[in-house]
Amino acid sequence: MLQYAAIAMLMLGLYGLLTQRNIIKIIVSINILEIGLNLFIVSVGYVEGGIAPILTSDFNNNGLVFVDPLPSALVLTAIVIGVGTTALGLALAKNIYQKYGTFEIDEMGEE
Amino acid sequence: MKNFLAFITVLVLGYMIVVSLDNNEAFPAYGEADVSSRVSQAFIDRSVTEDPGDIIFGQATNLESGPANIVTAIVADYRSFDTLGEVTVLFVSSLGVALLLGGKKQKRLELNFHPNFMLRVGSRALFGIILMTGVYIAIHGHLTPGGGFPGGAMIASSMLLLYLADDEFRAKIKGFKMLESFAGTAYVLIGLTGLLLGGYFLENLLDNGVIGDLFSAGIIPIVYVLIGLKVGSEISGIIDNFLTEEGV
Repeated sequence: MLQYAAIAMLMLGLYGLLTQRNIIKIIVSINILEIGLNLFIVSVGYVEGGIAPILTSDFNNNGLVFVDPLPSALVLTAIVIGVGTTALGLALAKNIYQKYGTFEIDEMGEE
Repeated sequence: MKNFLAFITVLVLGYMIVVSLDNNEAFPAYGEADVSSRVSQAFIDRSVTEDPGDIIFGQATNLESGPANIVTAIVADYRSFDTLGEVTVLFVSSLGVALLLGGKKQKRLELNFHPNFMLRVGSRALFGIILMTGVYIAIHGHLTPGGGFPGGAMIASSMLLLYLADDEFRAKIKGFKMLESFAGTAYVLIGLTGLLLGGYFLENLLDNGVIGDLFSAGIIPIVYVLIGLKVGSEISGIIDNFLTEEGV
């Protein structure tokens, strides 16, 4: 069921991207879309009753049922890229605010 | 009207995704993924080059990849070259933020309130704890959940705490830039050493040790600590760029 929730979240982010005209809201939409996608990728690797793919003194051999570690590794990469793009987007937004005094795209360049 | 069109588009797209995933042989239902038929099983068994047999925590030695944390084995060993690219992306984005927001003369952005004595001292006491937790997570990346990226983010969040709790605080950003370039250069140099001596980029030249020990897994803890330092100093640089402005 979590997979459909993740797809719903992805679509919510896409809807926000299509309709919002405020730069900060656009960046928030991108982040919602990204979190939905990350949730979806992680949910693909989930195994019912599986444990985290880490060997410890309690779960100490490779014959146990682990959840798939590969989607987690991919999502780790995706989160870092997301932080980078968000920082760059916010820096652009700050510069735009300093020049126009507003975050609304429709109100820019009207004076 | 525009919102309605967007709603219809999103609904159709979502419906198409759900339909294409439903009744799809290659796509398992939630919780029923068969890991043993996937490539991940080779990473769990450390059997990409040859099958070592059963792996017991605290006993198995000389595996092809030493970390007890299998996600770390993928991120920092099997796919370490991808991680180098990932770190490069973060570096480029911090460079972009510095180009967009950094000017010649920087001064601290003023806060709306003047922090009192308790806030300043309390945040400095917390700063050490958060910083040490971040370093701990980066060092134990091959044994426990976490690693260089979460540890680096935690180091940067301790810097953010000081910035927000003290309106006169300014980090020595030149030191961060030095640390960042040192960590990035060391990562590439370790990779090139592996290329020269072992035959391929980021070859694990050190002894893998016993799985589960702190000093195990060869170069992986070293590389992950370097990633932690690099990520921490990069995000601290981004925070500094956001909380300063041009002026005297």
